[in-house]
Amino acid sequence: MTTLTQQEDVILRVENIHKSYGNVEVLKGVSFSVRKGETKVFIGPSGTGKSTLLRCINQLTIPDKGQIWLHGEEVTHSKKNINFFRQKMGMVFQNFYLFDHLTALRNVEIALIKVKGMKKDAARDKAMEELSRVGMDSFAQHYPSQLSGGQAQRVSIARALAMDPDVMLFDEPTSALDPELIGEVLEVMKDLARGGMTMLVVTHEPMKSCLWRRGQFWKAGVRKNY
Amino acid sequence: MGSLEVIFISLPYLLQGALVTLRIVALSLGLGLCMGLPLAVGQVYGSPLTQKIVKFYVWIFRGLPNLVLLFLFFFGIFPSIGIDASAFTTAVVVLGLRSAAYQSQIFRGSILSLGEGQMLAARSLGMSKGQAIKSIILPQAIRLALPGWSNEYPILLTDSSVTYAIGVLEILTRANLVVSRTYQPMPIFLTCAIIFILLNYGGMRLLHYAEGKFRIPGFGNGER
Repeated sequence: MTTLTQQEDVILRVENIHKSYGNVEVLKGVSFSVRKGETKVFIGPSGTGKSTLLRCINQLTIPDKGQIWLHGEEVTHSKKNINFFRQKMGMVFQNFYLFDHLTALRNVEIALIKVKGMKKDAARDKAMEELSRVGMDSFAQHYPSQLSGGQAQRVSIARALAMDPDVMLFDEPTSALDPELIGEVLEVMKDLARGGMTMLVVTHEPMKSCLWRRGQFWKAGVRKNY
Repeated sequence: MGSLEVIFISLPYLLQGALVTLRIVALSLGLGLCMGLPLAVGQVYGSPLTQKIVKFYVWIFRGLPNLVLLFLFFFGIFPSIGIDASAFTTAVVVLGLRSAAYQSQIFRGSILSLGEGQMLAARSLGMSKGQAIKSIILPQAIRLALPGWSNEYPILLTDSSVTYAIGVLEILTRANLVVSRTYQPMPIFLTCAIIFILLNYGGMRLLHYAEGKFRIPGFGNGER
C-alpha cells in the first residue's frame, strides 16, 4: 500500500533521458522522480547538462530519447499540446528573461490573459497577488530594466507561479545575482518549499545550495536535539 | 522672367508634385512594412524552405537597381500578365517590394538582438510560437528597429525621384517640365532640392517623435 500511495504522490517522473549535441553526450539516461511537495536540488559544475535536463523536462529542448511524465500523463510524444504541460511546469531562468517591454505587473499577467484566457481584471488581481507573494507588489509598475537582479528574479518567480504550476523548475536561479541579492531570492524559494510547492532546482554553486538545504536540515536537527 | 518670378509661378505646380512624392513614399513604406515584417519573422522562425524563399527574395530585390526594376515591371511584367498599372502604381509596387527586402533585414536584426531568452520564457509559460512572436517578440523588435528603420524614409524619398523615368508626375518630373519651358534650370532645380530637403526634415522629425513615444523605459538614452 505504501508503494501505491508513493506512486500516487509522484508528480514528475523522468525516465532514461538522453540528449547529445553533436558528438557530446550531455545526458546519458537520466531517471528520477519527484513527489508532491518535495524539493530536489541538482548540483554540479557548469557544462554537465543540468540546464539541459530542466529544458528537456518542459520540452524547450527535445530529448533524443526517454520519457517525461507529469501526473501520470506522458509529456513526451503526447497527443496533447505541449503548451498545456508547460503551463503546469513553471520555469525560472538564470537570467530572469523578463519581458523587457512590459511592467512587472504586465509580465505576470500577460500569460494569464493570452494563454489561460482570463479576463483583464481577474488577471490583474491574480498578478498582484503573486507579486505580493514574492514581496514585489510595490514594484508593479516598474519595467525590468528598473529592477535589481534580485527583484527581477522575484518577478520572474511570480510570473511562473501565476500559472498555478504543479512543479517549479529553477535553472540556476541565483547564479546571475550579486552576492548580497541572493538572499532575497532564496528566501522566496524557501517560502515556496515550506508552502508545499514541488520544486526542482539546478545550481553549480554547492555553497549556496548547501546553505539553503542546511537551513532546512538544521531546523529539523535542532528540533530533534533539543 | 526673373528667377524669383519663375519660382513663384511654378511653386504650386511643384508642390503638387511634392504631394505625389509623399504619397509614393508613404504607400511604399507601408507596403515594405507589411511585407518586411512577415519576411523577417519567416527568415528567423520559419521552416528551412521559408527561410530559403525569403533569402532568395531579399537577394533579388536588393540586387537589382531601382531603374531596372521600374522598367522591368512597367514595360515588361505588368503588360505581359495583363495588368494595366499606372506609372504611379508601378512606382509604389517597385519601391515597396524593394523596401520590403531592406526592411526585412532591419527587423531580422532587431529580432535576433533580443536573444533567445524572450522566446524561451514565453514558451515556458505555455504560449504558442505565434502568440510569443505577436505579444513578446514583435513589440520589442519593432521598437528596437525604429532607429534603423527611420533610414528607409529618406532612402525612399530620394529614390522616388527615379520614377521620373517612367513619367510619374512627382517633383523632379514636374521641375524638368518647367525647366524645358522656361530655360531657367538653376532656380527651379534649387527649389526642387529645397522641397526634398524640407520633406526629409519633416519626416525625420516625425520619426524621431515616434521613437521617443514608443521607447521602453530604461532603454535608449539613459534618462528614466
